[in-house]
Amino acid sequence: MRPMKATSATELVDRMLAGDQRALARLISRVEQDRAEVPAIMQRLYPELGKAYCIGITGPPGAGKSTVADKLTAQMRQLGMTVGIIAVDPTSPFSGGAVLGDRIRMQQHYLDDGVFIRSMATRGRYGGLSHTAKGVIKLLDAFGKDIIIVETVGVGQTELDIVETADTTVVILVPEAGDTVQAMKAGIMEIADLFVVNKADRDGADRMLMDLRMLVHMHAEADDWETPVLATQAHVNVGMTELYEAIQQHHTRLRETGQLTERRRAQRRRELLELLQHRLLTSILDRMDHDSALHDLVQQVQDATLDPYTAAQQILVSYTPSSS
Amino acid sequence: MAAEGKIRVLVAKPGLDGHDRGAKVLALALRDAGMEVIYTGLRQTAEQIATAAIQEDVDIVGLSCLSGAHMTLFPRVVELLRERGADDIQVIGGGIIPESDVPELRAKGTAAIFGPGSSMEEIVRYIQEHVPKNEADESD
Repeated sequence: MRPMKATSATELVDRMLAGDQRALARLISRVEQDRAEVPAIMQRLYPELGKAYCIGITGPPGAGKSTVADKLTAQMRQLGMTVGIIAVDPTSPFSGGAVLGDRIRMQQHYLDDGVFIRSMATRGRYGGLSHTAKGVIKLLDAFGKDIIIVETVGVGQTELDIVETADTTVVILVPEAGDTVQAMKAGIMEIADLFVVNKADRDGADRMLMDLRMLVHMHAEADDWETPVLATQAHVNVGMTELYEAIQQHHTRLRETGQLTERRRAQRRRELLELLQHRLLTSILDRMDHDSALHDLVQQVQDATLDPYTAAQQILVSYTPSSS
Repeated sequence: MAAEGKIRVLVAKPGLDGHDRGAKVLALALRDAGMEVIYTGLRQTAEQIATAAIQEDVDIVGLSCLSGAHMTLFPRVVELLRERGADDIQVIGGGIIPESDVPELRAKGTAAIFGPGSSMEEIVRYIQEHVPKNEADESD
């Protein structure tokens, strides 16, 4: 009844590497579902990786992230580069469902074979999204996209984790999103390689630009990259060329200083640790379902007859990692 | 390893009418039923819809059309999916669709039609019953 469903992962990888979009899309779903064949898929793809340049775009809801991604994509297409876009929206904590609407702003690219857009929901798993998104980035990279844009609402640690995957991270703020103290406390000063004040025709934009530039200046160490602060109005294409050029400059600088290699090394290590954390936790959770002793410990914690510290200790001591 | 197979639905508005309240209400109803809904906005061509359905790897496409062009647009989406080897993605339709058009639409591959008076619950139930929820049991 559903012929594609039965296709093997190996066959899908072959078809994907031959340029089949449908195979790519199916593989993304398998990575999203964290299926058992994912390690095998990644092993196959590994030699094909590392060619794409990854741009992270983050900021509060309504800042114009999708619109910026859309306009940037248009520019890069004009320059002949192919683009993959991963648009992340939150899963509803109440139903587990999600409405993913970022494509609405990207309609001009729907019929362009050089652009592949995929919407992802955060799917509230134990730190799961971050490594899932990294898996999807690898698929798009292996598929041959020159640029990969990851766009996500920057409100929590998970989102920051995803953005940390990027080579260049663009943080988008809007005048009405509160003062720049928000930028300081959310930890985004640290992750931003570029700041964009979008909707810069609105009240308060000049003030925000000034404040941000001052913050950035204070934050920059001597001889270090002073994070550019750009004013844009993405919906009418104002400031987009400048943004693209700033991304290019950042890229060049990373490459020339050797920071690109350094960054990617650190990212790979972080990714491995995240993956381990996720796998260990899933594996312990699986075991709890089957091991009555472990299950009892959880019960005791729930009943407040055992403290969680002792329980965690006992679970870890009893735990010998299986190969699953 | 926990495989999580969520139902993914593309809700699309083909054609030229500018009324998407119904589509938005449907998107929310599907979300509340635990599905991931990709909403692509107004005035989509059949080509745009088929491409989005393939890239997003959805299980089902829900088309909403109030302009009267459903007899051309719905079968066109079905045909394009078929041409691209994606005929396992089901297409269902809703909107102002006269009862007399239903047999032809169904014959041309639209799996179900929800005309005026259909409830959101009906559509949610249809999707839940007609989309295999989890592919995890498949071995490959």
